[in-house]
Amino acid sequence: MPEIKALTGDQAVAEAMKQINPDVVPAYPITPQTEIAMTFAKFVADGDVDTEMIRVESEHSAMSACVGASAAGARAMTATSSAGLALMWEIVGVASGLRLPIVMNVVNRALSAPINIHCDHSDSMGCRDLSWIQIYSEDAQEAYEHTILAVRLAENKKVLLPVMVMQDGFITSHSLENVEVLEDSKIKKFIGEYKPHKPLLDIKNPVTYGPLPLQNAYFEMKRQQIDAMENAHKIFLDIGEELSKITKRKYYYFEEYKTKDAKAVIVVLNSTAGTTKAVIDRMRQEGKKVGLLKIRLFRPFPYKEVANALKDIKFAAVLDRSDSFGANAPLYSEIKNSLYDLTKRPKLQNCIFGLGGRDISEDDIEKLFSDLLKGNVSDKVKFIGLNE
Amino acid sequence: MKDILEIRIHGRGGQGAKTASQFIVEAALDQGKYIKAFPEYGPERRGAPVAAFARISDKPIHTYAPITNPDIVLVIDNTLIGFVDVTKGLTNKGILIVNTCEESSKMKEKTKFKGNVYTVDATNISIKLLGKNLPNISMLGALVKIANNISLESLKNKIKEKFLKKIGEEKTEKTIESLIKGYDEVR
Repeated sequence: MPEIKALTGDQAVAEAMKQINPDVVPAYPITPQTEIAMTFAKFVADGDVDTEMIRVESEHSAMSACVGASAAGARAMTATSSAGLALMWEIVGVASGLRLPIVMNVVNRALSAPINIHCDHSDSMGCRDLSWIQIYSEDAQEAYEHTILAVRLAENKKVLLPVMVMQDGFITSHSLENVEVLEDSKIKKFIGEYKPHKPLLDIKNPVTYGPLPLQNAYFEMKRQQIDAMENAHKIFLDIGEELSKITKRKYYYFEEYKTKDAKAVIVVLNSTAGTTKAVIDRMRQEGKKVGLLKIRLFRPFPYKEVANALKDIKFAAVLDRSDSFGANAPLYSEIKNSLYDLTKRPKLQNCIFGLGGRDISEDDIEKLFSDLLKGNVSDKVKFIGLNE
Repeated sequence: MKDILEIRIHGRGGQGAKTASQFIVEAALDQGKYIKAFPEYGPERRGAPVAAFARISDKPIHTYAPITNPDIVLVIDNTLIGFVDVTKGLTNKGILIVNTCEESSKMKEKTKFKGNVYTVDATNISIKLLGKNLPNISMLGALVKIANNISLESLKNKIKEKFLKKIGEEKTEKTIESLIKGYDEVR
């Protein structure tokens, strides 16, 4: 039987890692990810898993060790946040370029400077073009389940790309909440035995990882990477459906919450989707037609499906928890791109909120919905919760 | 009645405000309720004012918004009154529970709060029973009595589960006694 436990988002991810039982986990502590590595280290010490945990001296080394382990034929996982991801950067691209199915939990935290330990999405958004699949999680339950799903997605032979699973730093990572932990045996069966694709340690079938292809072959290799990302689209749904059979929950590219007859919709990632749902429930009782589109899969981005979901909506606000300084913010940019081919499309309001962990209240969201319902939409960015 | 019971706990770093928020929601979870508990993260120093929050409901809790209008506020350290706004966001229907040897009328005066004020001498209870100033568990006893939707029994079980291995049977029994005394003596 599944068990309902009180877990933080970080503990829930560690619980998923325990059930996955990866071969190698190199990790370096950084707030607010630390509790993942710390909790998992305890599982290793207690003999609950037979993972080789490598205490590296930096995140650059954490990802390097993941790359080495994964190329050798091991199932490798790690976790990080903010500056940790930034320091890893060079090897993050190596992992995807070498087509290594590494799974990494990123607990979203603002980037320096100025230094800040709280949540925004500038860390993971900063590497949205590094050819990692990106899955965003609303709560601890989703972070747990997405981590399990990610392993299968990464390792699929038609994909073979690393996956990043996000959740909001402190807001979910350190919030204690109900988590339904699934049966070990079911997860073990779902994950399956790892059969690495062309591992280095298969000495009877020698392969080369990381050669030097210049003008002659680099382009072709990148083209294969583009195809792999394209394949991930469908395979994400297939694996999600398989996981649904165990969890009875759905894993579509996004979640539509009361959008069917909605006039105004908010599009957002991670924990703010939860707060938005609470506001929607209240406003719906007053007969206000409001809804939510919560994006789960950000890379590869489901353009066509998003367009279809939004085509009959009158007004939509896209809420970004990071900016692209000098360009449209990451989520807004993708939503706007999705709508280009439609003849009838919603009017969009871009909002930036929550940088460096600035709170967003239910009142903030209610006010935004009220503005949308009045057709109060401007092409200027709205900064929610900013003192100016 | 709101769908979600919202609680704020004021204390000083090291007094167990965060632990108290976790114990109460874990006990509620054991009763089949939906829960969330989160501390306020800032510079974490022993003795500095801290706050922890809890949400308890019979329905799933979606919101991650900060708790700005709590139903119940617990003050583990009454020396905070006067320089931390402990009644912030509390309406007149709200409840304030203070760890103090003074009467609730005195606390009403000090906080100028118009709602219900309860007091319990949690510090004294813990010093007598545990030989240390560890008032958070007695405060939870008081909270359970006043909130009236979490059973004392499931909180007892939770304390046993958390403490037995760590501090042994005798101290665990004393801790549970401090919980019951907080429950009995709140007024």
